[in-house]
Amino acid sequence: MTDYAIEVEGLVREFKKGPRAVDGIDLVVSPGEIYGFLGPNGAGKSTTVHMLVTLLPPTAGTARVAGYDVVQQGPEVRMSIGAALQEAALDGLLTGREHLRLQATLQALPRAERNQRSDELLERVGLVEAADRKVKTYSGGMKRRLDLALALVHRPRILFLDEPTTGLDIQSRTALWAEVSRLAREDGVTVFLTTQYLEEADVLADRVGIIDHGHIVAEGTPDALKAEIGRPTVEVVPADPAESGRVAAILGQFGEQAASTRGVAVLLRSGEADLAGVVRALDSEGLKVENLQLHQPSLDDVFLAKTGRSLEGEAADEAA
Amino acid sequence: MSAVLAEQVYALARRSVVRTARQPANVLAPMIFPMMLLAVNSGGLKAETLLPGFPTHSMVAFLLAVPFIQGALFATMNAGTDLARDIQTGFLNRLSLTPMRRVALLAGQLGGAMTLGLVQAIFYLAVGLAVGVRLASGVLGALVLLAFAVLIALAFGALGIFVGLRTGSGEAVQGFFPLFFVALFISSMAIPRNLISITWFRDVATVNPVSYLLECVRSLVITGWDGEALALGFGIAGAIAIVGLGLSTRALGKRMAR
Repeated sequence: MTDYAIEVEGLVREFKKGPRAVDGIDLVVSPGEIYGFLGPNGAGKSTTVHMLVTLLPPTAGTARVAGYDVVQQGPEVRMSIGAALQEAALDGLLTGREHLRLQATLQALPRAERNQRSDELLERVGLVEAADRKVKTYSGGMKRRLDLALALVHRPRILFLDEPTTGLDIQSRTALWAEVSRLAREDGVTVFLTTQYLEEADVLADRVGIIDHGHIVAEGTPDALKAEIGRPTVEVVPADPAESGRVAAILGQFGEQAASTRGVAVLLRSGEADLAGVVRALDSEGLKVENLQLHQPSLDDVFLAKTGRSLEGEAADEAA
Repeated sequence: MSAVLAEQVYALARRSVVRTARQPANVLAPMIFPMMLLAVNSGGLKAETLLPGFPTHSMVAFLLAVPFIQGALFATMNAGTDLARDIQTGFLNRLSLTPMRRVALLAGQLGGAMTLGLVQAIFYLAVGLAVGVRLASGVLGALVLLAFAVLIALAFGALGIFVGLRTGSGEAVQGFFPLFFVALFISSMAIPRNLISITWFRDVATVNPVSYLLECVRSLVITGWDGEALALGFGIAGAIAIVGLGLSTRALGKRMAR
């Protein structure tokens, strides 16, 4: 029996007349961990999830979920997992409560427990008032919350969330993050979360795997990944724009120049430790500063370093 | 059947019925449209009853069989389009991730179609009785008629589910509806086969299974207890059901390959 909640080796999925959507990925996820699977659209995130939840057979490689092989032991895998896939697959003509009761019946929960569990989950995802309304009247955020509740009906040990916050407003997104975080911290649920949002991976995930063109190009904790690729940047906006030259000369003592649209920025040679020196140097020269900011490297910088492309740029292009 | 499986079938059948009931057009169309056609045709074709050898003096009694088949066609479309929609929206994936057995999905979906078929049949029968049709086979014949309506709803529903599963498209299922309707029109729908004078039409109506489904219903309404008509009707409906269930089970196996 494996110690990992999810263990994947050389997983491949090829589609007819198409490229390899997933091209030999390896990963492990520990029990109780939130694993963020980050990548742009078409990178292979959803295909990976579909294989791990037994909806799609792998072309090659092996995957074990909750210790069970996804090909040989599908029923055992499905008993152990909950999944909210990319499309909130709900029936617009049923109410939220009817969805939960149907799911509880199909998950073979004891009859006496079904109503209680439904009520408990409606309360937890904040849908008590809307419970008896048809789902077609729900907002996108409400549908996502119901989707999450449905995935939790049978108290799974492992939860797969495929882009759970795509298209949600910031309030709904934050509420969902809080619930996912609570599930991992308090209930010990392992969460495998795919996302194209850098912030989501950064805020929620204990570890992040970055996937591009079916390959995992980087993996680690968000801090380790960011530390691996670079140093922080300090950006200074002088109160008098005419002083930009002098500011640049001072900052040049602390590192090489970086791009800035508003003022002057440098990549700090010794990292955050240089910040106090920067402030003292500016002050000793009598330079007034309108704004000074320390920018930590982001996961987008990691993605950029590993693939040569910006994830944020791609997301913006897709939105446009 | 285990208690868990029975509960799963009931839950899915209930969902199917609730879905239909919450779409008034899906409830009213299968009831009103066949009745309108019955009213128009029984008036327009009334002169047929004067033909020598025509089995009844009541055109309404003769044509009352038609709504039962049309109702089954509507059941076909509902069952197939519902399942196709579940595929399109990903709801089938949700069901696939539960321990639900495949047979529960089929049985549940068909249970909904059969329930709708039964409600429709009771309505057609009630309208027939209200306008003066008297069943030659009596009360027991009415019960057999309802059982037959449920069987053809199962048979055509299974075919609808097969098309829905194979295509994954509600539009494709609806595209099959005219084909079934053509089969109805080139049967003994409007005139007994022995009175069809055009040879090719009579031959087509003779090999068309729909003719025997109609004649089964018609025998209960007009003739009384006709063993041959009943055996042919139930036999053909049963055969369609077996073929439809076999095809849909196989298609579901492929669709839910997991």
